[in-house]
Amino acid sequence: MAAKIISLNLKVWRQNGPDKKGALENYRLENISIDMSFLEMIDVLNEKLTVEGKEPVAFDHDCREGICGMCGAVVDGIAHGPEKETTLCQLHMRHFQDGQTLTIEPFRAKAFPVIKDLVVDRSSLDIIIQAGGFISVNTGSAPDANGIPVPQHKAEQAMDAAACIGCGACVAACPNAAAMLFVSAKISQLALLPQGAPEREKRALSMVQAMDKEGFGNCTNERECEAVCPKGISIRNIARLNREFLRASLLSDEQG
Amino acid sequence: MSWFTQTIKSSLGKKYIMSLTGLMLGGFLLVHAAGNSSIFFGRAAFLSYAGHLHGLGFLLHAAELLLLAIFLVHILTGTILFLGNLGARSSRYAVHNSAGGRSWGSATMPYTGMVIFCFILIHLFNFHFTDHSRTIADIVAEVLARPFYTFIYIVGLSGLGLHVSHGFWSMFQSLGISHPKYDRVIRACAWLVCGLITAVFILIVLLLLVNSNILV
Repeated sequence: MAAKIISLNLKVWRQNGPDKKGALENYRLENISIDMSFLEMIDVLNEKLTVEGKEPVAFDHDCREGICGMCGAVVDGIAHGPEKETTLCQLHMRHFQDGQTLTIEPFRAKAFPVIKDLVVDRSSLDIIIQAGGFISVNTGSAPDANGIPVPQHKAEQAMDAAACIGCGACVAACPNAAAMLFVSAKISQLALLPQGAPEREKRALSMVQAMDKEGFGNCTNERECEAVCPKGISIRNIARLNREFLRASLLSDEQG
Repeated sequence: MSWFTQTIKSSLGKKYIMSLTGLMLGGFLLVHAAGNSSIFFGRAAFLSYAGHLHGLGFLLHAAELLLLAIFLVHILTGTILFLGNLGARSSRYAVHNSAGGRSWGSATMPYTGMVIFCFILIHLFNFHFTDHSRTIADIVAEVLARPFYTFIYIVGLSGLGLHVSHGFWSMFQSLGISHPKYDRVIRACAWLVCGLITAVFILIVLLLLVNSNILV
């Protein structure tokens, strides 16, 4: 029977500000319950540091139930840690061994500057979303049910793409720091539905342009993004983005 | 900016260029492998193939120039993408790990590309920019009878195999050709094409090492 309590050796990235030089620092944690989440484990570390009069580790988190997209760090070289389709907050300590050494680093990309320790600025993703603009839906009284026909399987695919929580793990995991999985999910959720059709071309052109401008890398189809995505977004969406952009470039009257 | 420059300057546009030039280079490889297979049938067959090829006259030179242009576009775009990708991650991870997406082929694309580039230069100096007073069969037999060149050629061809193993599938993905209906066919074809081309070339090299008499 596995022990209910484990000890850990942590190497945590400490960096005081965006322009400061960072480094890994070593910490030893005892009596970590295996029922804790990864973030609760960092909470314990921070309480310890506070009691010792040291600066606690800054890290992003909000809902802690895997749906907000706020948390995320790279654990032993893997964004959101070793469990598939799991955000860092939903990763539990039972997946680690007693005495294990863990290296915790921030998401690294030129487009994600470190604010402090494990906190990075992901507003470049918001800028891409803004570039996507609006979709046209009538406001006012509730529309008739099934007024706009949507095939069930298309709705499912759109919903799968819409599961993206924008955490940025795809960028962190991509060997090229590309944001293609994120952008492709956002493009797909609207491109698959009739409601997104009128602005389809403009959206593809503008979002790709914004993505390039923010300094993300180029997709080389390494598939690392798909492997770390906590929501299991498929690279089939990236193929759809490639199609959407090609279609918009060749066929649309839009000017980006 | 015209729609065309805007498209090819974008990250996706550069991937389209890589895919399309990669497709053409792949086509060249298939034809090259098929033509070189004449070596398996001996000196007469090989010389006859070479003779017919050169019988194309200026068409052959036009094809060579076109091939050179495709190569240059593929290499130049690849270099721009490689440098851009290095710059997109300003600080490196202390611990590198793969979550299971990368393959040997995908992780080494720029490096196998460089290996192939060097190999092609050696290959051209062996057989193209050389003294053509003898027949091509004699030149090939002489070069590939030497174990040093066997080694160089096997390294170059292995690099090519690795490059194509990722490049073939990647080409379809970059052009947006992906669907559960035919994904497995594309992957199977990727391995088939990659295996076939590499096997034919490596077999020729090994055959000429152990039995250069086949071209005499």
